[in-house]
Amino acid sequence: MMSPLLEIDNLGVTFSTRRGLVEALRGVSLSLQPGEMLGLVGESGSGKSVTGFAVTGLLDKAGRITAGRVKFRGQDITRASGAELRNLHGANMAMIFQNPRAALNPIRTVGAQIADAVLSHRRLSKQEARAEALKLLRAVQIRDPDRRLDAYPHELSGGMCQRVMIAIAISCNPSLLIADEPTTGLDVTTQKVVMDLLARIVAERGMTTILITHDLGLAAHYCRRVVVMEQGRLVEEGAPQTLFRAPQHAYTKRLVASSPTATSRVGDLVPADEALPVVEVKDRPTPAPGTPPLLDVQHVVKRFDDGAAAVADFSMTVAAGESVGLVGESGSGKSTTARMICRLIDPSAGDILFDGYSIAKLPARDFHRSPLRKEIQIVFQDPHESLNPRFTAFDCIAHPLLRLTGLRPGDALRSRVEECADRVGLPRELLSRFPHQLSGGQKARIGIARAIACRPRLLVLDEPTAALDVSVQAVVLQLLDRLRREDNLAFLFVSHDLNVVRMMCSRTIVLRAGGIVEQGESLALFANPQTDYTRELVEAIPHIGSPASLLPA
Amino acid sequence: MGTIGATLIRTGRRFLSSLPALFGVLVFTFLLMRVLPGDPAVFFASGPSAGNEEIEVVRRQLGLDRSLPEQLGIYLYDVGRGNLGRSMMTGQPVAKDLRQRLPASLELTLTALVIALIAAVPLGVLAALRPNSLIDHGVRLFCSLGVCVPTFVSGLLLIYVFYYLLGLAPDPTGRIDVFASVPPARTGFLMVDFLLAGDVEGWWAAARQLMLPAFTMALFVIAPLARITRASMLVSLGSDFVRTARSIGLSRWQIVVTYALRNAILPVITIAGIVFSTMLGANVLVEKVFSWPGVASYALDALLVSDYAPVQGFVLLMASIFVAVNLLVDVLYGIADPRATVV
Amino acid sequence: MSLTATWSGLRHTVWVLRGNLVTAIAAAAAILLALVAIFGPMLVPYDPVASDVPRALQPPSALHWAGTDQLGRDVFSRLIVATRLDLAIAVTAVSVSFVIGTVIGSLCGYVGGKLDRAVGRFVDVLMAFPLFVLAMAMVAALGNRVENIVIATAIINLPFYIRFARAEVNIRRNLGWVEAARACGDGHVSVVLRFLLPNVLPAMAVQMSLNLGWAILNAAGLSFIGLGVKPPTPEWGIMVAEGARFISTGRWWLVSFPGLALMLAVLCFNLLGDGLRDILDPRMRT
Repeated sequence: MMSPLLEIDNLGVTFSTRRGLVEALRGVSLSLQPGEMLGLVGESGSGKSVTGFAVTGLLDKAGRITAGRVKFRGQDITRASGAELRNLHGANMAMIFQNPRAALNPIRTVGAQIADAVLSHRRLSKQEARAEALKLLRAVQIRDPDRRLDAYPHELSGGMCQRVMIAIAISCNPSLLIADEPTTGLDVTTQKVVMDLLARIVAERGMTTILITHDLGLAAHYCRRVVVMEQGRLVEEGAPQTLFRAPQHAYTKRLVASSPTATSRVGDLVPADEALPVVEVKDRPTPAPGTPPLLDVQHVVKRFDDGAAAVADFSMTVAAGESVGLVGESGSGKSTTARMICRLIDPSAGDILFDGYSIAKLPARDFHRSPLRKEIQIVFQDPHESLNPRFTAFDCIAHPLLRLTGLRPGDALRSRVEECADRVGLPRELLSRFPHQLSGGQKARIGIARAIACRPRLLVLDEPTAALDVSVQAVVLQLLDRLRREDNLAFLFVSHDLNVVRMMCSRTIVLRAGGIVEQGESLALFANPQTDYTRELVEAIPHIGSPASLLPA
Repeated sequence: MGTIGATLIRTGRRFLSSLPALFGVLVFTFLLMRVLPGDPAVFFASGPSAGNEEIEVVRRQLGLDRSLPEQLGIYLYDVGRGNLGRSMMTGQPVAKDLRQRLPASLELTLTALVIALIAAVPLGVLAALRPNSLIDHGVRLFCSLGVCVPTFVSGLLLIYVFYYLLGLAPDPTGRIDVFASVPPARTGFLMVDFLLAGDVEGWWAAARQLMLPAFTMALFVIAPLARITRASMLVSLGSDFVRTARSIGLSRWQIVVTYALRNAILPVITIAGIVFSTMLGANVLVEKVFSWPGVASYALDALLVSDYAPVQGFVLLMASIFVAVNLLVDVLYGIADPRATVV
Repeated sequence: MSLTATWSGLRHTVWVLRGNLVTAIAAAAAILLALVAIFGPMLVPYDPVASDVPRALQPPSALHWAGTDQLGRDVFSRLIVATRLDLAIAVTAVSVSFVIGTVIGSLCGYVGGKLDRAVGRFVDVLMAFPLFVLAMAMVAALGNRVENIVIATAIINLPFYIRFARAEVNIRRNLGWVEAARACGDGHVSVVLRFLLPNVLPAMAVQMSLNLGWAILNAAGLSFIGLGVKPPTPEWGIMVAEGARFISTGRWWLVSFPGLALMLAVLCFNLLGDGLRDILDPRMRT
């Protein structure tokens, strides 16, 4: 057995915040063999990023190592001086960060930034450093590297910025590379390209890597060994196929169960003992043939002021009680479509029929007076941004009831609001709280309670779980699915996450650059995509059980 | 790709977009002066023998008998030819008066700006590098107090301390001692003209005369500059790209200067433009306190005797200078921040 | 519901003040200033405009706490009496520009388009003048009277409120909770009045407090150069102007005390503004 490159022994980190000291890491121990790629997974607040920063000595001033040691090649990082750390940084250990665009200096050319990294540890002339930078840009496969050398970060896409960041990190061939959520925020197809590149580079150069991610699929796909963290502790470690197939620890079990895969169903996401009580719902009689669909969108177009079309000739139907998914990458026009259907903005052309009535004729400006306003409601992406900071949870849920059902403040209103809170599983005692006093999951429930308060028939969900941790997402998805079946609600479910859409929707529409690429029954569409784009999307999703991770070690 | 070309294009575009504002300034100044409730014709004709006839003559001389749009047209035409009217107070064309006095005001304002920047930027950076340290608290206290003391009070107190108590400063009136010889006016800036004339002693005398008013004005604007430097430096130091710079082991100097400070200076440039505008306004007060023979004290004297052509000319001049400074700030910003060139 | 909200707000204010000594002192000083402005003229030891030439230009003493001026008037009494006028000018001017600026700014921020561009142009023109110079020109044009100082100060403050309100509304108008309000049946007018304004007002109030200090300095500056208030009315700016003639001969009290009064008033509103920012931020509530 080789001696480990990195040894973390009983590491403890504390942050001083406005509300006192917070323990971010407690007794974390790990060791890393040279050349290994370790996955560090966990939800937000699990301490996975803090571990990365503590290992590299890059904790910000509020954070302090309170216990334990980090030994890198036998040297204790926690006791290293500033100068010693500076010699290690870049030359021996480097990091890749989340949000690559912010991680690069916005007013310095990428070539200069790579050269800075090169020059900080090697004695080279300016020309040699520039030549080295060019070589590195080639290594990370940036097209047209000569020209990109003089580009500024804002002139590059997010994926390109991350490649530049990789080039900076590997510029001095460090032996340890820590990648902190390197592809979060990138589109799924870009994510795959960047991760494949990173995996190849570290393999070629024999670098030891820690991949920090919230995405179990990503870790399973690229790592041979995975460590699960929860609330500053390591809870379980092992090879991904055993860890994710047969988790031992209760937290890992829950985490694995709640991560949607290509085959999971909504009911499986939450462990049986925590699942919501199953509600028996009788099958609704199928509507008589000839009845108009609940929603009929006809050739809708949305042009912006500059004439560019965000949505071009979009048509779809949703039947009562049906759930339709709308998927696409950023810029595909899916949110714009959702807002048009919800009558928050006006389409430039085309018509929208609800229950046979044209609702596009009435401008969005006046739609709040329409009797159909309460029939179409929306749940927004960011649960925090979707709640008025000056409203209590009660006010938020009561708001549509006051405006749309004619209820007046009083006992009737209170009981309606409490009933809604009960339906979404929000404890009644939280109703008097303000949004900033609530967790993300609780805020998401309030957003949903508000949307269903008036018993609408169509619910537009705009990425309702994108900002949530998977375990919270699982609960919310299950809740939504139950509400839909109880009320015979129709869903228009907008998401970038194909696995979620497949679970939640019977039918799926794939959007790209404002146009429909493909549509059909969800299961069939994902199992057997008809267009290259959909296939590319489907294949880019890293699954826990995906083939690459099943190769013999 | 020529960055100089891009800068030129940007400058041109910004210049064009500042034209409407400049036109607005002209119209505004015109209207402002025409709303004057007192009839200037009556004022200027008023002598012991002023009769109605005489007033009419003056009125016609001033063009006040025509319609408002006509008067505006004439005004614009005159301004276009550099004719800002004649001052009743000095009997000279306003444009000439302003040209003579502008260098004094600019010399004072620019010196003050340089002093303020030299003091404020390092203070702000030091405070940001050690938040909550003694120096940080010191800078904060100084900033809080600095914006509260009006220039006319701090100027007078400086005179009291440095002239009356310590005797370090010369008599606080004017740019130069009454009996001293004035160098040949080449630029109008005394500090430059003395140097060009090779008169070191004269230069020193003029510099001493300039110090108190310049420091008075600088004191007032150090606070906002230091505050914005500190704030934007803190943002910069806490940013992701500075963390990146640390993660690759760059030297402390490189992290602080090349990465943090260069980014932090961008908002300082913007604020410096606003500060300059404040200083143009503060000129009125400081020039009065120190009897500085600049454009502001000229306009003020005229204003107090209701001689409105100099005031109009002064307001127009200040606005044009300010528009020009904004243009300069914009160009500087464009050079300092590559992201700005795309817009 | 609203009663408990008021109560919790009050408790929160007390809590913040307890944790923030500087703000508490600034708040106390602001209240004291207001009291002086209201009751000061009744309490002063001397008549602020009565001259007593034999006692002219006396340094501070037990009899005249802040000395006497060139006409033998008691500087301290004049300082106290001047508080009302100085505060009244600043408060009126700032309130006027606050109301008008907030309405115009929020409208521009929410509606956007042509209205926004037109107002933006107007603001650009106003901002193209050095503001003190603009105020000076306006007082000259409108007439050398106190009301016109108020109007001029209000107008030069206006661009800040318009821009500020516009920006604050603009960043919020596409947030989820604003769209949610529309989905819940609120029209645009109601969204602006019942949702955006309450969220924007706290920040505007902070701005207002900070602006008060600035307005005081401006008004004092205008009367220092001889505009607006006329002697012998006691006013801080005029007192400095009158004392200026005697500074070269060492009569420091004539300038220092009105200067100190100006400084303390401005400092008090500035610190209060900084403190208000913390109090009104709902995220700070626990």
